[in-house]
Amino acid sequence: MKHILLISLLFPVASYAENDIYSLIIKDHQFQPSEIKVPSGKKVKLLIENQDATPEEFESHSLNREKVIAGKSKATIYIGPLSPGRYSFEGEFNAKTAQGVIIAQ
Amino acid sequence: MLATAIIIFREVLEAALIIGILAAATREIKNSRRWLVAGVLVGLTGSALVAGSTDFIGQLADGIGQELFNAIVLGVAVSMLAWHNIWMSSHGAALAANASALGRDIRDGQSECSALFLIVGLAVLREGSESVLFLYGIAATDEGGQSGMWLGGLFGVLGGSAVGYGIYAGLLRLPVRWFFTTTGVLVLLLAASMASQAAHFLIQADLLPSLAAPLWDTSAVLSEQSALGMLLHTLIGYDSRPAGMQLIFYIAALVTIGIGMRMAGKNRHKPSGEKTASKKLLTI
Repeated sequence: MKHILLISLLFPVASYAENDIYSLIIKDHQFQPSEIKVPSGKKVKLLIENQDATPEEFESHSLNREKVIAGKSKATIYIGPLSPGRYSFEGEFNAKTAQGVIIAQ
Repeated sequence: MLATAIIIFREVLEAALIIGILAAATREIKNSRRWLVAGVLVGLTGSALVAGSTDFIGQLADGIGQELFNAIVLGVAVSMLAWHNIWMSSHGAALAANASALGRDIRDGQSECSALFLIVGLAVLREGSESVLFLYGIAATDEGGQSGMWLGGLFGVLGGSAVGYGIYAGLLRLPVRWFFTTTGVLVLLLAASMASQAAHFLIQADLLPSLAAPLWDTSAVLSEQSALGMLLHTLIGYDSRPAGMQLIFYIAALVTIGIGMRMAGKNRHKPSGEKTASKKLLTI
């Protein structure tokens, strides 16, 4: 457990204080934009607005995130700090159309 | 239809495994079956209510209400599982010794049943509310595909329940001397796994630091989408990309409950042993 605490010290603690905010919209079971670029090594706040009448579940295995968003409502999800790379996400309830990717750089 | 079946199966599987293990673990306790069924029914009713208030819950606490709600539900479930396991450590031997005797500490048995009721109810509530939302989404959009939706949902529920029944039936087949140890370990791991999930929700809500995320990445070796990964996720809390904080919660739950069980186990031969022995005499 000590190792975990030591590893955690490697991350810049200062970046926890300020979150960069990025917005996503769900419309007609699609994410807009479907591609977002975020800085790596920083905690990021995602604001997702579901404009459809039906609920959607934001799900990303690579980000290890999962959240249900009711129809016509907004949700907040915190992600990161991420290492550089591509992280795909999807709307689990409409996985055929609701696809997107977050690029950390 | 297949997509519906798979999503519902995944939700049902988690609750079904929890119910299967607990149903086996409490088989000797009087009235436990009645409480278990009550837990499922109340959980189902609660699912519909939670699903209906998703928007309201989500907006609470600046948009992190859902994470808080899940973390609290999991936290209560963890403490109930802990209570169950510690109770079993002090009463398990007595239950095994006079399995058919009626003389049992009824008051203790009742609080054990309320713990069972809560655990089952909360498990169904969590998994059920997501299923309800998902099915509602299809029902609202897909006019032509509703029969497919009901069929898929039915297959999902049946499949998930079958696996839950499988673990129940398998556990009952164990010889008595292995039975209490096995169910004890399974319940302990379930509790640790839920503690890790609770930490996961608190990290997602930015209420806890992640402490190295991910700590490791084994998604290429064993994905949580695979059948084995899904099973291990529920049973032992397997996470292919866990945060450091999740591991801390996991180990803390294991150690705390483990110590509680050990201490309760040491006491069992003296006070509770005498009590059940005298009651056994009375029933004779």
